Amino acid sequence: MNTITVQVSRGSEKHSEFQTFEVPEQENQTVLDLVTYIQEYIDPTLSYRFACRVGMCGSCGMMVNGEPRWTCRTHVKKVLGSSKTIEVGPLKNLPVIKDLVVDMDTFFDKWIAVGGVHHPSKNRHQSIEKISELSAERMSANEAVECINCGVCYASCDVVSANSDYFGPAALNRAWSLVNDVKTKNKDSILEAVSGNAGCHNCHSQQNCSNYCPNELNPSASIASLKRTVFASKINNLFGNSK
Amino acid sequence: MISAKLFILQRLTALIMAPLVLGHLALMIYAVQGGLSASEILGRTQGSVFWAIFYALFVFAVAIHAAIGVRTVLFEWLKIRGSVLELLSWSLGLALLVMGLYSVYAVTA
Repeated sequence: MNTITVQVSRGSEKHSEFQTFEVPEQENQTVLDLVTYIQEYIDPTLSYRFACRVGMCGSCGMMVNGEPRWTCRTHVKKVLGSSKTIEVGPLKNLPVIKDLVVDMDTFFDKWIAVGGVHHPSKNRHQSIEKISELSAERMSANEAVECINCGVCYASCDVVSANSDYFGPAALNRAWSLVNDVKTKNKDSILEAVSGNAGCHNCHSQQNCSNYCPNELNPSASIASLKRTVFASKINNLFGNSK
Repeated sequence: MISAKLFILQRLTALIMAPLVLGHLALMIYAVQGGLSASEILGRTQGSVFWAIFYALFVFAVAIHAAIGVRTVLFEWLKIRGSVLELLSWSLGLALLVMGLYSVYAVTA
């Protein structure tokens, strides 16, 4: 039986090293299948995270051969070179709890920091807002709304690596989808939140986020749109034009 | 570590510099036709209010734009934070401003 050599990062934030496992090769196999095989048949102490296995939940993000990926939808054939070796590690830019499990707290805290929670503009007694599917705002929101919070963009972002306070692509993408949501009350508070020292203006537009997003979203474009919107609103304020 | 204010300042100074760079390049190409001499340059610039304003504006824009850009490099690559970061970026901006304005004064006054 042919095998694949899988090098898995073991350890914690303080110290980690790669451990090598041999996993039987199969016709159809994802990177998550490799990790699951190791945990089930070779070393049950291996820690990793997954839930849905079909690209819905966003919990199985890992570094595969140095690149962030959703492992449940990453076929081994896609990433296996001629060396028949695959390196699997925890997502970059987040603290490692153990082995392949990272602490996502800062990632989600930043979602809240950019105003990423729902800001209702109506109460339960009022009728629901009618939104045209074809309105420009709704179409802009559609482009950003399918995020599954996997953290792949966050791990790919060199600005987050250089500046750990930076909100990162996922949170800012979320902020942009809320700015375009007619149901959002007080959009200025979101624009204010993304304008601070950790905000959208830190983005260098390298577009790693858009390149790696497994759902093919374009956080880089969302961030550019936030920059433009903040720019226009600040210039308007400067010349005293209220909206 | 760049706020909306610095970002906007850097973009506005870029807007100012874009036509000035083109003007400066055109002038350089024009100036070197038929040799380059100090007297020729000073003959054009000395006493010229236009060139004094042109290059003084250029110096202001460069000092602001470059200081903000280098500030980001210092922050992200050299991990310089806090008051040291402010001190270094303000020093760079002021140094560029003083040296630049001194040069403009020297060739136009």
